Amino acid sequence: MNRILPWLVPVLVLLAWQAGSQFGLIEANVLPAPSAVAAAGWHLARSGELWTNIEVSAARALVGFAIGGGIGFVLGMTNGLSSISDTLTDSTLQMLRNIPHLALIPLVILWFGIDEEAKIFLVALGVFFPIYVNTQHGVRSVDPHLLEMGRAYGMSEAALFLRVVLPGALPAIFVGLRYGLGIMWLTLIVAETISASSGIGYMAMNAREFMQVDVVVFSILVYAALGKLADSVARLLERTTLRWNPVYAKA
Amino acid sequence: MTVNVLERAADAVTHASSPGAAITLRGVTKTFGTHRVLQGIDLTVEAGAFVAIVGRSGCGKSTLLRLLSDLDQPSTGNVVVDQRTKGWRDIVRLMFQEPRLLPWQRVAHNVEVGLSRAHTMRDRRRQAEDALAQVGLDGRGHHWPAVLSGGQKQRVALARALVSHPKLLLLDEPLGALDALTRIEMQDLVTNVWQDKGFTAIMVTHDVSEAVALADRILLLEDGKVALDIDVDLPRPRRHGDPSAARIEGRILDQLLRR
Repeated sequence: MNRILPWLVPVLVLLAWQAGSQFGLIEANVLPAPSAVAAAGWHLARSGELWTNIEVSAARALVGFAIGGGIGFVLGMTNGLSSISDTLTDSTLQMLRNIPHLALIPLVILWFGIDEEAKIFLVALGVFFPIYVNTQHGVRSVDPHLLEMGRAYGMSEAALFLRVVLPGALPAIFVGLRYGLGIMWLTLIVAETISASSGIGYMAMNAREFMQVDVVVFSILVYAALGKLADSVARLLERTTLRWNPVYAKA
Repeated sequence: MTVNVLERAADAVTHASSPGAAITLRGVTKTFGTHRVLQGIDLTVEAGAFVAIVGRSGCGKSTLLRLLSDLDQPSTGNVVVDQRTKGWRDIVRLMFQEPRLLPWQRVAHNVEVGLSRAHTMRDRRRQAEDALAQVGLDGRGHHWPAVLSGGQKQRVALARALVSHPKLLLLDEPLGALDALTRIEMQDLVTNVWQDKGFTAIMVTHDVSEAVALADRILLLEDGKVALDIDVDLPRPRRHGDPSAARIEGRILDQLLRR
C-alpha cells in the first residue's frame, strides 16, 4: 500500500490532463495531451534523433562535471588540509562564488562562440563551487580526536588521509556532489537553450520554431528524467560507501 | 602447523625481554606560554607496575601522559622509557576517555589500526581476532562500531591498544564516560589483562576509588608537582567497599580537598 500511495497523485494529475485535452478544456498549442507527448517521444526515439541529442547533452554534462568537480574536489581538499593554501585562495574563491555563473553567458559566447567549450566551461564553473565548498567543509569537520588517535597510533600522513580524513569528509562531499549534479543539468539546459546546434535544449528550441509543443514538453521531461537518473546514481553511491553510518544503513 | 610454530617463536623473541617498560623522569617541567604546567617531576616507575595519577582538573596529569606517550617533549628535564630517551612511540599505546573508533571501519579493522603495516593481512586479522577475544568480544569483528554499546566500544579500544603488545599502556580516564556497572566490569577486565600481559600501566583519573581499585601505587598531582605518593598494598582481586581501601581513599581525598 505504501508503495502505491505516492503514485496516486501523479497518476490522477496525468488522467485529468489527458481528459482535459480530450474534451478541449486545454488547447493543444498550449499543452498537448500526454498521449501526444508520448507519441512525439516515440517518434523521436525511432528516428534516432532523441538518442543522438541525449548523447551530446550527457557528454557535455559529464565532461563539464568532471572538470569542475575535479578541480573543486582537489582545491577543497587542499584548502581543508593546509591553512596556507586556504588563506591564499579561499577569500578569492568566495568572492567569485557570488557571481551567478549564468551571468557570464554573454562573455562566454564572446570567448568561445557557441561551440562545445562554452557549454563545458559553464557547467564546470557551476559545478565547481558546491563541490569545493562541501569538500572543504567536510575535511575541516573531521573529528580532531580521531586525528590525534591516528597520530598516537603511528599512522603515516598518507594513512591518516586515506583512513581518517577522506572517509570523515565523505558525507559532506556527497552533499556537494548531489547539489553539483543539480547545477550541472540546470546550467546545461540554459546553455543549450540559448546557444547550441545540438543537444536536448536545441531539440526543444528547434521544435518551438515549428510550434511542435509536444516535442518541447517531451524535451522538458527528458531533462527531468536525466536529472533524476543522476541523483539516483549519486544516492546509490552514497548508500554503498556510507554503509557504516546508521543514517544511511536503513534508507 | 609450521606457520604457527614459527609465529610463536617470533612472538617469544619479541617478548624475550621484560614485558613491561621501566620509566624514569628527572626534573621534568613543561611550560605552555607563561604557564608552567609541570614544575619539576622526579619519578621512577618499575617495569610492570600499575600506577594511577589522580588530581584535580588542570593539575597537569594529562600533560604528563602526553609526555609519556611521546606525543610531546618536556621543556626541561628528561623522560626515559624502556631505556630510551626518545622514539619509544611504538611500544606505548594510549587509551582515551572516548573510544575514538573509526566509525567507517568494521570492529576488526579498528583493532588492526593498532598494528603496524609490516604484518601480512592474514596475520593482522588473526591478531585482531585474538585481541578481541581477550576483551570478551570474540566474533564481533565484522560489526560496525555504531551498533555497539558504550562499554563494548571501549572494549574495542582496549583491544586496539593491546593488539601490538605494548610495554606501556597509558589510560586517560578511559572509564570516565561509562555507567557504574559497566565501569566495574571494565575495571576487572583491565586488571586481568594487565596481570596476564605484564605491561606497565599508567592511568590518569579523577575518580579516587577507581585508582584504589586498580593501582599498585597512586600519585597525587597538585599544581604540577607530586604531592602524595602512596603504595596500595591490597590483595587482588580487590572487592569494592573493602574497609582498608576506603582508608586509603579517605587519605587521598583529604589531601585533595585540603581537609
